[in-house]
Amino acid sequence: MQQLRNDLIRSEASELREEATGVILSEASERSEEAKSKDGRAIVITSGKGGVGKTTTTANLGTALAVRGARVVLVDADVGLRNLDILLGLESRVKHHLLDVLEERVQVEDALVPGKHTDGLFLLAAAQAREKDDVETLRMQALIASLRERFDYVLIDSPAGIELGFRNAVAGADEAVVVCTPEVAAVRDVDRVVGLLGNRFRPQLIINRLRPALVRKGKMLSVEDVNGILRLPLLGVIADEPEIIITTNRGEPLALRMQTPTGAAYHAIAARIAGDDVAAPMPAQAKASLFERLGAMLGGKRR
Amino acid sequence: MIEFLRRLFGQTGSSATAKERLRLVLMTDHLELAPEMIETMKRDLIEVISRHVEVDRERIDVTFERQDRTLAMLANVPILSVNRPNGNGARKQTRPPVRRRRRRKKAQLGGSVPARAGAT
Repeated sequence: MQQLRNDLIRSEASELREEATGVILSEASERSEEAKSKDGRAIVITSGKGGVGKTTTTANLGTALAVRGARVVLVDADVGLRNLDILLGLESRVKHHLLDVLEERVQVEDALVPGKHTDGLFLLAAAQAREKDDVETLRMQALIASLRERFDYVLIDSPAGIELGFRNAVAGADEAVVVCTPEVAAVRDVDRVVGLLGNRFRPQLIINRLRPALVRKGKMLSVEDVNGILRLPLLGVIADEPEIIITTNRGEPLALRMQTPTGAAYHAIAARIAGDDVAAPMPAQAKASLFERLGAMLGGKRR
Repeated sequence: MIEFLRRLFGQTGSSATAKERLRLVLMTDHLELAPEMIETMKRDLIEVISRHVEVDRERIDVTFERQDRTLAMLANVPILSVNRPNGNGARKQTRPPVRRRRRRKKAQLGGSVPARAGAT
């Protein structure tokens, strides 16, 4: 633990964002270049702050990528607080978890839970009754590497924080998606996380839970405010929609409903991740005439 | 009363406040994360000032302080002696603080001349 602390302190010392080399995470970069090109992509979804929507984002992007026809595995790296299974509606099907695999009690094939609603989507759930410190970084790296050989995308849902749990989640990844809400604390934490990640992960940004009506009234940080500070490549912006709560209640990611604006936004982000030349999705400007609002309300109730 | 204030300030848009707080907090965060940058800056500062006056390198103190809407850099640089080209020797009086502006950071140069300054 002390060693870890020292590492962290040392890395902090050499870390202005621009020149950060991802010191603490550099051991992850030792894989050969040729292996990388053949394999799928391992993307960690992280944020620093908790409660900004990492898990929801992971579930929806995974679903959207799988709907596109990719083979996707979602790894819940939030050991001790298993959530991703709930968002995917798979909680009753999880038989084995990440630590069962890492500690070699079961083969990885036996621990992967196929998605309920989408072909090509699999979940490797976190352990609920264990702790983040129980994960061995090197084994985690090896596991992600082996998953990359079989899947097009390995999305790793990172726990909040920047401690060992975060570092384990990041260890096997070589790209990062950071999720930020338009709040001072969230932006500050993303800034910190991006500093820790360094350039190797080429972090890209998703702004989550934006309320266009509040932004218009000057009561919420705007996309420009947030990214004027973070200056990251913007994958897209997701509005704060009641639909997210409803779909979460049901365990059906909103990305399954491509016709909804937010569902479509997740698909656009997935397309951008896949390399398609589409614009970053932005929530519709809440011009909100009474007529439109009534329409939206009625539309919402019909479901 | 509170409701009145809330109305008064709420209407001006709390996002502006958020933005301002964010800007300041990030500046302090970045400084905290870059102690070696501060050291380098201190060295550069000493070098520049030393071209004009002799300073007490051991007792230079650079701190950062959050003031109302800005982050200020406060540098306390004790001056040992002032060598003027026309040979008038050192002044005994404490020099008034010299203010320097560098972008948003205010460098406040509070010079104090210790008693032994007159040695040269």
